[in-house]
Amino acid sequence: MKNPQLHKARANWTFFMAFVRKEFHHIFRDRTSILILLVMPILMLVLFGYALNTEVKNSKIAVYDPSRDVVTRAMVEKLQINNYFMLKKVLNNASEAEKAFQSGEVSMVIVFSENFYENLLHGGYAQIQLLADGSDPNTASIITTYATTILSSYQMELMKTGKIPYLITPEIKLLYNPSMVAAYNFVPGVMGMILLLICAMMTSVSITREKERGTMEVLLVSPMKPLYVILSKAVPYFFLSLVNLATILIISYFIMHVPIAGSLFWLLVISLVYIFVCLSLGLLISTVVETQMAAMIISAMGLMMPVMLMSGMMFPIENMPVYVRWISEIIPARWYIEAIRKLMIKGLGFSAIIQELSVLVGMGIVLIAISLRKFKIRLE
Amino acid sequence: MILKYLVEKEFKQLLRNPIIPKFIFAFPFFALLILPMAANFEVKDLNVCVVDNNRSTYSERLVHQVTASGYFRLSKVAGTYQEALKSVDKDESDIILIVPPQFEQDLIREQEARVMILPNAVNGIKGGLGSAYLASIVSDFNRDIRAELIPAGQTAKLSGIDVTRIFKFNPKLKYKFFMVPAIMVMLLSIITGFLPAFNIVAEKEAGTIEQLNVTPASKFYLIVAKLIPFWTIGFVVLNICFGVAWLFYGMLPAGSVLTIYLFAVVFVLAFSGLGLVISNYANTIQQAVFLIFFCIITFIFMSGMYTPVDNMPQWAQYISDISPLKYFIQVMRLVYLKGSATAELVQPMLALLGFALVFNSWAVLSYRKSN
Repeated sequence: MKNPQLHKARANWTFFMAFVRKEFHHIFRDRTSILILLVMPILMLVLFGYALNTEVKNSKIAVYDPSRDVVTRAMVEKLQINNYFMLKKVLNNASEAEKAFQSGEVSMVIVFSENFYENLLHGGYAQIQLLADGSDPNTASIITTYATTILSSYQMELMKTGKIPYLITPEIKLLYNPSMVAAYNFVPGVMGMILLLICAMMTSVSITREKERGTMEVLLVSPMKPLYVILSKAVPYFFLSLVNLATILIISYFIMHVPIAGSLFWLLVISLVYIFVCLSLGLLISTVVETQMAAMIISAMGLMMPVMLMSGMMFPIENMPVYVRWISEIIPARWYIEAIRKLMIKGLGFSAIIQELSVLVGMGIVLIAISLRKFKIRLE
Repeated sequence: MILKYLVEKEFKQLLRNPIIPKFIFAFPFFALLILPMAANFEVKDLNVCVVDNNRSTYSERLVHQVTASGYFRLSKVAGTYQEALKSVDKDESDIILIVPPQFEQDLIREQEARVMILPNAVNGIKGGLGSAYLASIVSDFNRDIRAELIPAGQTAKLSGIDVTRIFKFNPKLKYKFFMVPAIMVMLLSIITGFLPAFNIVAEKEAGTIEQLNVTPASKFYLIVAKLIPFWTIGFVVLNICFGVAWLFYGMLPAGSVLTIYLFAVVFVLAFSGLGLVISNYANTIQQAVFLIFFCIITFIFMSGMYTPVDNMPQWAQYISDISPLKYFIQVMRLVYLKGSATAELVQPMLALLGFALVFNSWAVLSYRKSN
């Protein structure tokens, strides 16, 4: 051999590929799991992408209208025109409102004052009370705002005052998401969540399974360096995740019509880095715990709620108190989702995601480094 | 009699596990202390970027009124629209308010002026609420101005219908009060769904399932013995939740605690039944976890926990009907916030009983004593 170093490197590579092949066999023999892994993200993306909808419509309302005149009836009619509201109940008594709320039937009760039209015509004054169910705060404030707007525009129609003096009209133009498609907000979030949880769950059992089944010894006596043992575990899952990433992107672009306004190249780059981070997180869990059950408890039960609630997927990070924001910063999904929103929806380029990309790269390196430290090459 | 021994075995197995007992106690604390802080949709302190091309007394008053409202924080005063847009791109600002150059002149001479409101609508709720708030501040400002400009006496006709809003049950619209009951349900479903799903398949992998199968106990007893520990766990978790909600958020159920217990018993029964069904079918722990994970996460998102079921497309509403979480979250919110009585909750109760019956009979039927 002329070059012993080259020879060694080649031997290492052969070993590594043999390990990778072994892992592929391991994983692809379990057809059921593969099927679940490939179908699950598609179902989740489509279901959640459509179901998570912040656009309020068909809110169920009840009306208490003691005077039942032309104006009040026209107002109730107006409220129902554009599908924001649906009249569910006509109350005979103002006290029935409580009951309607408690059974959860309606989210708003509209109470007209007595002799509505008469008072309006002669006294120039009438009253409407919008009782909203504050237990769902956002829906409550959105529907009362809608109702107020609809009622006051009807009032203008009614007064026929022609031109209203000194009128300031606010013109609202929605940036980035003009038709308020909820999918624009949620699809990047759902993508980040699915990839993180599935990748972490997949790899978290990889090493623990060998520990439990006793096959770990075989791995440990091999001449491979621990780093390559760990990495070889990640390779097949990396390929699986690539398939998932591709299906997710294709579905969100072609079926959910979420744009990819920015650079596709950087979208792919950051996604690959993110997948690597998530797989490393699973590997870390796998090296630390001893049993598959413990690994799953941490990766599935433990990660699910923080990722759902603290990654900025559903709830804006800037609303959180400072210490919760710190915690959110160690969740990889937070950075990925933010970057994806910038790249897909806002159409920004590389310069906008430098921070997110470097944080994710850093996380990947740290996670792999810790798993390497924790990886025990001796049996207990 | 044999049931007693079986239950004893299950409890011992559970408590000896190095991680599960700790997890059962620590997880509710963590989840209820931190997550309601994070799960906050309250829109306040929105960063507004102002482009005041008019710089008149009126435009300055408008800007002042916006920042004094408590909903908005002035993040930037931009010279041009492009500059403002850049500030939204960088996430420094959430919403742009543009006052056109002729604002004051138009208002006084033409009696008609306009302002532009441009919210970042990537997040629909934030964009929608933000622009609604800003528009209502503009119209408040408008009313003040009009009252000043029009001589007294002529204004009476304009204030015809007085629309007032009243928020029942949660007058300050605290988002926490909405989320805490739902987070309790989520916790309960995660703990009492995942643990049973591990249970049988773990015995399969460890090989101890054979020992269970050769006992003289019937399938029914075997399953019941497996369910009882999860009921206990559910009960412990629920009580921890009550305590934390009361201590840290000052939340006590407006209705009866007994109603919640009653529903919790049926809910946990239904959910652990589902876990056992999955555990029966799965060959490896990994398969079991993927399946129960998929079920739970789907149930959570379809339950109306985050976004009301009414907002979903019709087909999604049908799917939400098969989520046990939907019914229990509904009940928790009704009882915690509105104090609804048991009589008003018959329909969700029937639904949960149905789930419990189906999942548990399925669990008994799908359990194979022989291969």
